[in-house]
Amino acid sequence: MISRRHLLSMGVSAGAASAFGSCASYAQSGPLKIGVLLPFSGTYAPLGEAITRSLELYTNSHGGKLAGRSVSFIKVDDESAPPKATELTTKLIKGEKADILIGTVHSGVAMAMVKIAREDGIPTIVPNAGADIITRAMCAENVFRTSFANSQIGRATGDSMIKAGLRKAVTVSWKYAAGEEMVGGFKKAFAAGQGEILKDITIPFPDVEFQSALAEIASLKPDCVYVFFSGGGALKFIKDYAAAKLGIPLWGPGFLTDGVEAEAGAAGDGIKTVLHYVGDLDNPENRNFVDAFQQAYKIPPDVFAVQGWDAAQLLDIGLKAVDGDVAKRTQLNAAMAAASFNSPRGPFKLSSSHNPVQNFYLRELKGGKNNYLGLAAAAIADDTVGCKLV
Amino acid sequence: MSLIFIQLLNGLQSGLLIFLAASGLTLVFGILGVINLSHGSFYMLGAYLALTLTGIFGDVFLALAFGIPLAFLCGFLIEFLFIRHLYNRDHLQQVLLTFALILIFNEFQQVVWGSYPHAIPAPSYLADSVRLTEGLSYPVYRLALMAICLALALAMGLVIQKTRVGRLIRAAESNREMVEVLGFDSRMIFRLVFAAGTALAVTAGMLAAPIESAYPGVGDRVLILSFVIVVIGGIGSIRGAFIGSLLIGLADAFGKVFMPQFSSVMIYALMALVLVMRPTGLFGRT
Repeated sequence: MISRRHLLSMGVSAGAASAFGSCASYAQSGPLKIGVLLPFSGTYAPLGEAITRSLELYTNSHGGKLAGRSVSFIKVDDESAPPKATELTTKLIKGEKADILIGTVHSGVAMAMVKIAREDGIPTIVPNAGADIITRAMCAENVFRTSFANSQIGRATGDSMIKAGLRKAVTVSWKYAAGEEMVGGFKKAFAAGQGEILKDITIPFPDVEFQSALAEIASLKPDCVYVFFSGGGALKFIKDYAAAKLGIPLWGPGFLTDGVEAEAGAAGDGIKTVLHYVGDLDNPENRNFVDAFQQAYKIPPDVFAVQGWDAAQLLDIGLKAVDGDVAKRTQLNAAMAAASFNSPRGPFKLSSSHNPVQNFYLRELKGGKNNYLGLAAAAIADDTVGCKLV
Repeated sequence: MSLIFIQLLNGLQSGLLIFLAASGLTLVFGILGVINLSHGSFYMLGAYLALTLTGIFGDVFLALAFGIPLAFLCGFLIEFLFIRHLYNRDHLQQVLLTFALILIFNEFQQVVWGSYPHAIPAPSYLADSVRLTEGLSYPVYRLALMAICLALALAMGLVIQKTRVGRLIRAAESNREMVEVLGFDSRMIFRLVFAAGTALAVTAGMLAAPIESAYPGVGDRVLILSFVIVVIGGIGSIRGAFIGSLLIGLADAFGKVFMPQFSSVMIYALMALVLVMRPTGLFGRT
């Protein structure tokens, strides 16, 4: 199935390549080729699908064109496998002669992809992967991110917990890069607000046996617990935590609950999370976006869909600045770096290292749905340490 | 002090649960001589089966009543279609075929159930928690699970030690040719053993579903742990699998609290220690 999907996407693009392969220069006549490197199989497949749907929804709502040029998406399944990332990225850039690169979800894959994109200079937009380094030490003129940096979410959550009057925390996460960054950002903000971290409990990835952690939390008696897990691990933690009846407020980055809200059921009631998006945000862009997405795909959009939508918005602004002539990379990159627009998540602009400067929202899970409680922090930027663009 | 008690409980509970899966693996490995990498997939399918069947019947134990025969039948079929061609072939071919089964089962899971995680409710009469210490409660379902696993382990021991079928299985394990010479159809014994092994893994997955949830890759860890237990306990020994499971469960639980930086290598260190002292495992034949 994996290889069939892969072949399928390559087959479509091979057809496109032979039809337009003869145009050596970036003529404005042929369709714009956007290389899309996303997971279409495995655990992250729903994320890849949400992002792709938004990209297509955006172009379709503009008559299938961006800046007057028709668009063809060359989709490649990255399988969330870092060892394959280099080959697949090279294939998109050199083999398929993609004009623009959009990808991906998994941070390890994204880092390998960005490394090649930096060397090649192809304008690149990262619609999810949160590894801090992508917009820190690995930042580049042609690399943009429309999602978040892991530490950024951790910081926003820490700020909001301090504001809620919490001062003694225990953190729990998997021992891997994303977990460490999510916890690292939180600790910085929590300590800055005179909060005390009683203990960092880490669990080997992807272990989901949490009873020991719960026993420790009970004996440490913090006044709050900050947790980052995702997918099946998040769902299991939420259920185990509720069954342990600790009576200690549970907080975390939004990814703790997103995607498992309904499954968590009553066990999830009262969990507070912070994220750069929540479905019931009341602004015209979000209302339009939710309606259009719902109409096209019969399900409400999630945060990943918003990130894909903004990748398309950002690209559109860049392309308009050069009238669709992707050969003018310097102007294209400059226009994207300076872009400022209204996203469904609120005002969107980029920091000097090309990571979004954005609002974070406090949400509470109740009855299987995340409800908007209020603004957690306005216009938060990630650190730009190590970025040479600054 | 209470932390030690709680970890003892945690270790026993996870050990007893993993025993169900490991016992199935040790039977198949010990008696059929087949390295079955797809054992973790059966556990995963069990969790998803619990999701679907609990949705229909409303109670995970009712789901179990339908799931176990179904799993037995599937194991029977898989042995007939694939596994029986592997006896007398080298381990590489066994690994290749059972790895292919993993890929097929994973794709099947993606197509049928999708890749978002799903929760399976515990039966309402076991859904509550009991207060253990000040501040910490323990889910009743986990306690019930311990009792069920213990009962199943006892039953399995009785079948293996006291019944005719059990004697045949033990005989087939120690000398396949002799059993055939005595007029028994060892092919049928093998088929039943494989089906039983499959049913055990599926049962473990189904019983664990209300605490584990169902998500892609839920059985991956089970496969690795089961192999470690088989090696520790001795290939083919149910008693060894039982002791090995409890050792692994306890080592993991206490390792996490008292030596967190080594918790991920704890069980492998235990395995290495056992191998150094008894290369054939605790109850393995030399």
